[in-house]
Amino acid sequence: MSEAIKKFMYVNRKAPYGTVYALESLEVVLIGAAFDQDVSMAFMDDGVFQLTKGQDTGDTGVKNFSPTYKALGDYDVNKLYVEKESLEERGLSLDDLMPLTYEDEDDDWNEKPSIKLVSRSELTDLMEEQDVLMNF
Amino acid sequence: MATLHTVNKSPFEKNSLERCLSTAKDGSTILFIEDGVYSAVKGTKVSSSIEAALGKHNVYALKPDVTTRGLSDNMIDGIELVDYDGFVDLAAECSKVQSWL
Amino acid sequence: MKFGVVVLEGPYTHEAADTAYQFTKAALEKGHEVFRVFFYHDGVNNGTRLTTPPQDDRNIVTRWSELGEEHGLDLVVCVAAAQRRGIVDADEAKRNGKDADNIAPSFRISGLGQLIEAGIQSDRLLVFGD
Repeated sequence: MSEAIKKFMYVNRKAPYGTVYALESLEVVLIGAAFDQDVSMAFMDDGVFQLTKGQDTGDTGVKNFSPTYKALGDYDVNKLYVEKESLEERGLSLDDLMPLTYEDEDDDWNEKPSIKLVSRSELTDLMEEQDVLMNF
Repeated sequence: MATLHTVNKSPFEKNSLERCLSTAKDGSTILFIEDGVYSAVKGTKVSSSIEAALGKHNVYALKPDVTTRGLSDNMIDGIELVDYDGFVDLAAECSKVQSWL
Repeated sequence: MKFGVVVLEGPYTHEAADTAYQFTKAALEKGHEVFRVFFYHDGVNNGTRLTTPPQDDRNIVTRWSELGEEHGLDLVVCVAAAQRRGIVDADEAKRNGKDADNIAPSFRISGLGQLIEAGIQSDRLLVFGD
């Protein structure tokens, strides 16, 4: 049991900056990447705001952690499921999100997008497949 | 085995209940805890969606949170009350736990 | 059955700290194993022994310590979250040049890997948060 690879999904439903949850949950994902589990992230509800382009914290003085999402690919965290309905409800589309990519070792290290747009029902099915859901 | 979904937010403040209901597969178990127990009260704007959910899911409310808030006499029929022991049993019986925070 | 428990909110501010405690206690009393209780976000504030609640209220920190003592429960406070919020043990105090430590009995400070390990090792992981 302990040797088997588990499917971990980090479920992000909160916007960045207003509270610390998004920042600290990203830290969990980065540490968790060292454990060789089957890792994915879900972004739904206000969680989709974590991935938007153009975040600039200069005027508030808080830490801008949006560049860290770009490093996820290097940590083999390359399944970032973004719920389409949540984007649409917030007047957003894929073009408004940071272009996050990873190099696919099974395909001659070709660069591929990490963000996968999924419908609400597809995301439900994905959650059902998981062994562990980490909700922050 | 089905998933245990816990909801700990008032449905009048956050969308946790709504997201739980739109995500939970038929046959899964839903447990209201903390301010989530306000979802289980009769005659509110969400009671019809809870009554509909009772046909598809096993719906429970955490009794200590219900009594703490003085809601015992106003619960929607069909919602079963469990104490912390019962919460542990539900978590053990289900395959995993999804916390709708 | 082996449970893992994650506490993401501070004591007194959010009921999550109470629910997590009551769940953990009930699980242990029913004969289940609790692999670890991991404290993250403001949950790390469950682990400061300097907490002094009014006498007519529950002492959430002492309650955890006693449960830890009684059952040999592994109560782990995340080091990164703890440093941000001023929860330190003697080693951390020394390392960071602080003049005191405040970790409560039965708690220990460790890394986020302990949370992932709890997810891997436990049959069920329960997250109590906001």
